[in-house]
Amino acid sequence: MRIVVCVKHVPDIQGERSFGADARVVRGEDDVLNELDENAVEAALVLAEEHGGEVVALTVGPDAAAGAVRKALQLGAGKAVHVSDARIVGADVIGTAVVLAAAIRKIGAAEPVDLVVTGMASLDGLTSMLPAALAACLDLPALTLAAEVSVTGTTVRVRRDVGEVGEVLEADLPALVSVTDQANEPRYPNFKGIMAAKKKPVEVLTLDDLGLDAGETGAAGARTRVVDAQIRPPRPQGQILIDSGDAGLALAAFIAERKFI
Amino acid sequence: MNGPALVLVDQHDGALSSPTRELLTIAREVAPGQAPAAVWLGDAGELAMSELGAFGVGTVYVPEFGGTSPFVAAAAAEALAAVVEVAAPSVLFFSSTFENKEIAAVLAVRLGTGVLADGTGVRVDAAGTVIIEKTVFAGTWTSWCAVTGGTALIGLKAHATEPQEVAAATRPVVETVAVSFTPSASAVRVVERTERHAGGGRPELPEARIVVVGGRGTEGDFSLVEELADVLGAAVGATRVATDEGWIDHSAQIGQTGVTIAPKLYIGAGVSGAIHHRSGMQAAETIVAVNTDSDAPIFELADLGIVGDLNDVLPQASAELRRLRGE
Repeated sequence: MRIVVCVKHVPDIQGERSFGADARVVRGEDDVLNELDENAVEAALVLAEEHGGEVVALTVGPDAAAGAVRKALQLGAGKAVHVSDARIVGADVIGTAVVLAAAIRKIGAAEPVDLVVTGMASLDGLTSMLPAALAACLDLPALTLAAEVSVTGTTVRVRRDVGEVGEVLEADLPALVSVTDQANEPRYPNFKGIMAAKKKPVEVLTLDDLGLDAGETGAAGARTRVVDAQIRPPRPQGQILIDSGDAGLALAAFIAERKFI
Repeated sequence: MNGPALVLVDQHDGALSSPTRELLTIAREVAPGQAPAAVWLGDAGELAMSELGAFGVGTVYVPEFGGTSPFVAAAAAEALAAVVEVAAPSVLFFSSTFENKEIAAVLAVRLGTGVLADGTGVRVDAAGTVIIEKTVFAGTWTSWCAVTGGTALIGLKAHATEPQEVAAATRPVVETVAVSFTPSASAVRVVERTERHAGGGRPELPEARIVVVGGRGTEGDFSLVEELADVLGAAVGATRVATDEGWIDHSAQIGQTGVTIAPKLYIGAGVSGAIHHRSGMQAAETIVAVNTDSDAPIFELADLGIVGDLNDVLPQASAELRRLRGE
């Protein structure tokens, strides 16, 4: 089975995240592999281990984003593709999906891709729309937000809990699956994996290699734009009470004063 | 605005969801002088017609699914594409749930238009462009975004506005829309589907005005959290730890990978406030925290922070609230 796992380099959620003067997210060397993509890599590796085959890690982003595919290689992906082109800067979710779709088609041209795996969301944007958009661009069935994923023969099946609904969904391969952080416990890269990753190939592609033009992605092709972004003032320091036996009464009074009852 | 504003209707048990009421209110505001239109992905017989009329809806579009499952995003998107063709809306509003966001993402690809989600409010600029406000980076930044052309697909979270009915209710017209589904619409097969609504007559978590949340500090006993929630008519939420431990259903998880809430009042009991949780609740208007650890990060956000044991504080508060209400 040939699996492409999509990964993203994102600003560290534990660090200071910000927008630049151009109203774009500030990205850089301190960025990390999107934590939720570790679940995607894990799911892809487990399926490849069970069914045989290869995992190809794919990312789109500036030079530093190579860090995301490098981590995937350390974890066990066999090779990586990094789409990097200045004309992609400013892409929105659909523009990103268009580039990923073109890259997956190119990867599949050599040898067909059976499954595309993604995380449930990127921790910078958090909208969870990319997987569905990518599947639509590739005209693949999308089994999203999987808490469990299994492949039997040429059928992929997921179990998912979305809001108040629990579902079991199924589709024929090729398909796209996005996995949640409930799906598995991602492995850590070990020394052997880190050393092996240095020898694994990372193919760097541009829009020209993918046969895309600038109008289909990047700022030129974006169908949405960030009009403005502002840092929020910190919440004013509230009142802190140490309970000496009547804090429950104080809580009730606080709630009543604000007319919540 | 060219064309009406169209709202994707979500209903529970024959009543409009509260985000749908908010979206219908916003739809009237962004396209003044035009009755908002609505679209319902379900059986026309189940529609909450009088409520739709109370919010001034002119036409309700009901696509015909035939044997195709409306629960598959690809099918729902094809149905919506057919409705967009008939209704020619300037904007389609949807409530920003996981399901709706996926439908909208597929629709954006199909229509070649832009999609925005997770807005906490909207305004219209001088040129008539709808601009949404978003809270990002775990509540530390606000961004404003717009769709730059075509039918704008815009997802808003609950509490984006106060729902407001019209002075004179309309009589909405139901228009069924035929859809020519492609094979992609049925490529995903629904093998099993179960709906589990919030128990005990409690409000749905994303829509609730008040949410009481239990974390690690409950040590698995949610009864005091539930008691306070029921006194307040609140929804019950939980942290990742609590759902991972199986103390409460996964659907109650608030945070980065669970439900994002923006209630009027958030009460966290035994919740430390890790970043994963904060990104799901930081937009709450008023935040109260009860925790034995005075260094818990949630106290940095709290309007009222109580350093104390929830086993003492919660029952005392519940009893006092009942007394204040004269029970």
